[in-house]
Amino acid sequence: MTAQTCPRQHQRTTMEIASLEPSLYTVKAVFILDNDGNRLLSKYYDTELYPSMKEQKNFEKNVFNKTHKADNEIAFVEGMTIVYKCSIDLFFYVVGSAQENELMLMAVLNCLFESLSQILRKDVERRCLLDNIDGVFLVVDEIIDGGVILESDPQQVIQKVNYRLDGSEQAYGFDLFDYIIGNIDGQTDRRQCA
Amino acid sequence: MIKKFDKKDEESGSGSNPFQHLEKSAVLQEARIFNETPINPRRCLHILTKIIYLLNQGEHFGTMEATEAFFAMTRLFQSNDQTLRRMCYLTIKEMANISEDVIIVTSSLTKDMTGKEDVYRGPAIRALCRITDTTMLQAIERYMKQAIVDKVPSVSSSALVSSLHMVKMSYDVVKRWVNEAQEAASSDNIMVQYHALGLLYHLRKNDRLAVSKMLNKFTKSGLKSPFAYCMLIRIASKWPYSSCLRNKHEMVVYEAASAIVHMPNCTARELAPAVSVLQLFCSSPKAALRYAAVRTLNKVAMKHPSAVTACNLDLENLITDSNRSIATLAITTLLKTGSESSVDRLMKQISSFVSEISDEFKVVVVQAISALCQKYPRKHSVMMNFLSNMLRDDGGFEYKRAIVDCIISIIEENPESKETGLAHLCEFIEDCEHTVLATKILHLLGKEGPRTPSPSKYIRFIFNRVVLESEAVRAAAVSALAKFGAQNDDLLPSVLVLMQRCMMDSDDEVRDRATFYMNVLQQKQKALNAAYIFNGLSVSVPGLEKSLHQYTLEPTEKPFDMKSVPLANTPITEQKTEFAPVATSKLPEKPGPTRQDIYQEQLAAIPEFQGLGSLFKTSEAVQLTEAETEYVVRCVKHTFARHMVFQFDCTNTLNDQLLQKVMVQMEPSEAYEVLHYVPAANLPYSQPGSCYSLVKLPEDDPTAVSCTFSCTLKYLVKDCDPNTGEPDDDGYDDEYVLEDLEVTVADHIQKVLKPNFAAAWDEVGDDFEKEETFALASVRTLDEAVGNIISFLGMQPCERSDKVPENKNSHILFLAGVFRGGHDVLVRSRLALADGVTMQVTVRSSDETVVDIILASVG
Repeated sequence: MTAQTCPRQHQRTTMEIASLEPSLYTVKAVFILDNDGNRLLSKYYDTELYPSMKEQKNFEKNVFNKTHKADNEIAFVEGMTIVYKCSIDLFFYVVGSAQENELMLMAVLNCLFESLSQILRKDVERRCLLDNIDGVFLVVDEIIDGGVILESDPQQVIQKVNYRLDGSEQAYGFDLFDYIIGNIDGQTDRRQCA
Repeated sequence: MIKKFDKKDEESGSGSNPFQHLEKSAVLQEARIFNETPINPRRCLHILTKIIYLLNQGEHFGTMEATEAFFAMTRLFQSNDQTLRRMCYLTIKEMANISEDVIIVTSSLTKDMTGKEDVYRGPAIRALCRITDTTMLQAIERYMKQAIVDKVPSVSSSALVSSLHMVKMSYDVVKRWVNEAQEAASSDNIMVQYHALGLLYHLRKNDRLAVSKMLNKFTKSGLKSPFAYCMLIRIASKWPYSSCLRNKHEMVVYEAASAIVHMPNCTARELAPAVSVLQLFCSSPKAALRYAAVRTLNKVAMKHPSAVTACNLDLENLITDSNRSIATLAITTLLKTGSESSVDRLMKQISSFVSEISDEFKVVVVQAISALCQKYPRKHSVMMNFLSNMLRDDGGFEYKRAIVDCIISIIEENPESKETGLAHLCEFIEDCEHTVLATKILHLLGKEGPRTPSPSKYIRFIFNRVVLESEAVRAAAVSALAKFGAQNDDLLPSVLVLMQRCMMDSDDEVRDRATFYMNVLQQKQKALNAAYIFNGLSVSVPGLEKSLHQYTLEPTEKPFDMKSVPLANTPITEQKTEFAPVATSKLPEKPGPTRQDIYQEQLAAIPEFQGLGSLFKTSEAVQLTEAETEYVVRCVKHTFARHMVFQFDCTNTLNDQLLQKVMVQMEPSEAYEVLHYVPAANLPYSQPGSCYSLVKLPEDDPTAVSCTFSCTLKYLVKDCDPNTGEPDDDGYDDEYVLEDLEVTVADHIQKVLKPNFAAAWDEVGDDFEKEETFALASVRTLDEAVGNIISFLGMQPCERSDKVPENKNSHILFLAGVFRGGHDVLVRSRLALADGVTMQVTVRSSDETVVDIILASVG
């Protein structure tokens, strides 16, 4: 009779217990949506939260519907605390449990946003983000590792990712350079292996 | 702008998504260029990006194709392009669970992890640990230890966090790195410190002593990282939070305030400093901080409304906050702290925007209303009105359920609101899409409706359900109808006519129920009505299933004995459910195996306990040691028909000892006979283990229901290395005295809820009724007396008689239960207050001995 409601409740119960325990696992999920609510990037760190892709996308839709009209910074959806930020045609979300310190989640969100705006040279909009999605993946990877906040200082993130903006003159120059160097490197490496 | 060579052709219009029409097969085809020499880093990077993008969108990769792409990717380690290498690490992590033989990259990653390029080292560690299993972990252990204490923060952090991830898989290996983690904890880098603290706590959390040492150390030395401070506050329960309230980071201040608020038994004086920082946060320009503050104040208001009154003005300002979540939390907090006179105004304000807020917050509003009704019962008609309007609005299941629960609790608290409440609920089920709620309401109508002044008006609503709804609802409606017929003689003929129609239903369950009730009702016997319509079965359903299955396996002439079935040990309590704070879970609705069912399974697996029959009752755990001792022992008492099994759950909190052959020796004070001890073979540090004792109840004296056992823990001690857990070869015998264990009459009685006590009373009859009067001189209030009797007899209070109305001098308490062996037992206890409490106890049971036992034990 209660088939449709039961799984969620079980989840919440488990979450509840987990959250009482002091832990570094702060971030449940992070995602970036465009202004139609489509997923551009998303990572779920708590595998029990939304195990299937369908549940994840439903959750993202639900979050988007409840947040895209007003830039309110924080919301509470499906028993989760969501902090968010929008920029031109992008929406950035960081998800934590209901008991999580909201300011920690904000620290993650701010770090993500500032790192990306530096990498994208303030051009934080959909097209530019997609053109440099590899850099975005790397930034997210440096900020959160399996749900643990790995770094919260955007300067450190930039330094660690050391990403060159795609499409600049400089990048093209490096391309040619890599082209030659990569070749030589490849050969030396193989020699070492042998 | 110059674009990558292979991207130009995909370019079309500036707003489009370059990845929109990616096809997995095409991308995998492209991935073949990974094998080309020389490697083209730009193109390869772009293809890896596409693969990761596809995985992120939820594209499914088969094992074959993933493995093929993965192996091709490994060749890219020959290039020294930084971004490409980093994307390889990401691909490894993403594919770790999809591709086969990912360990092929171990040596490449180990090389990067120990190499000269600092940019690679951290990410390489994280990727490596993602693909490593316990056996391989030993091989890289040396490198991990070095990495944890590396002077480059990103390397140290990566190693610490990866170690934390691996604790679940290889606790024994990771716990050997505790010294390195300790060193990292004094790092100057804020993140390294945070990660080290997190790992240390995780490795030591079962060792209270080590945790408190760690806390002491960091409290004294102080921490650099606000994150680490937050973690520390969470770990500590006795941490001097007040000093953290002056930390320069808002994050830490908030964490400390929240910790104080959540401390159990917090006094108003301890709360005050926390509340005042939260008050400051209420006017912050940051929405997240305002939200955090008001959410926490809301929690405070549930227990200590007066502590929050000082913030009323700030909360009033938040009512107009553009973030509706904040506004809702502010109003609901005010509802808890405000005076009775402000209720109407606040309710009006809520109704102005209730349609704009999310379901989660609507539930918060309903919970606030529910709390309000308890505080100001006189306002119940305003609330009821508001709730019935909310019930008519759109909303999801959780929201509707909260409203229905709230209305039901108002009905139960205020008898005069019963009819209005039932009318609202009747209206609601006319158009209710949630089967669970419809059945719940029908059940309530069946219970309450027949006892109202004009029961006939509910019949129409109930019968409509039989005509219009799904099977489950129809079946519930039939059961509700039967109760009207059983209670009201003048309605019986019409109920019988309706029943007749239900017997033509297309669903088996509905037809069966109708036929059954029809036949019972036609007998017109009170005892039958009580047993089969009002009070139903009280056995555990999984237990019944198991017993019946067992019965069918062993062909016998004997009829099935209902008394052999274990009782449902968690009767549906009549008490109002405590309203949980925001989004804490309610218990799952579908009962899984209960605690007792789990114990039954566990005990059945032990050969010594075979042939004891079915488990009758399992007690709550009793602590036999103080909380902070070397060994922690608690006992769970299992009662069977003629035996008791004592289960001792022991934990060894000394990390330099291994205990073996652990058992608890018991010396009974009465004619109880200890038949058998089942020792726990091994009790290593911090891993709980159980030993058992089997005791035979005295057969010749059935009235000997209480007994005291003196208990001693006996064991063989082997000293061991605290780090590796390796024990010495030799050990010595030792013992440890535990507290006495009591068996009381409550251990022999299982609680059973009789929804209609009067009917049950008649059903058991007065064949073995006995009555006696007692004076309880030491008891001062009726509440106290009621509490004492319930906990002493361990029986279930019925008809909400455990609640003593205020300002009354007399009260009647109804208790129901089943005695070991399967005899129903009912107790009616009249209490009168005058200089102590006088109590007249009337006991009825189907067995005379049971009546005597109860009276003897009360006396």
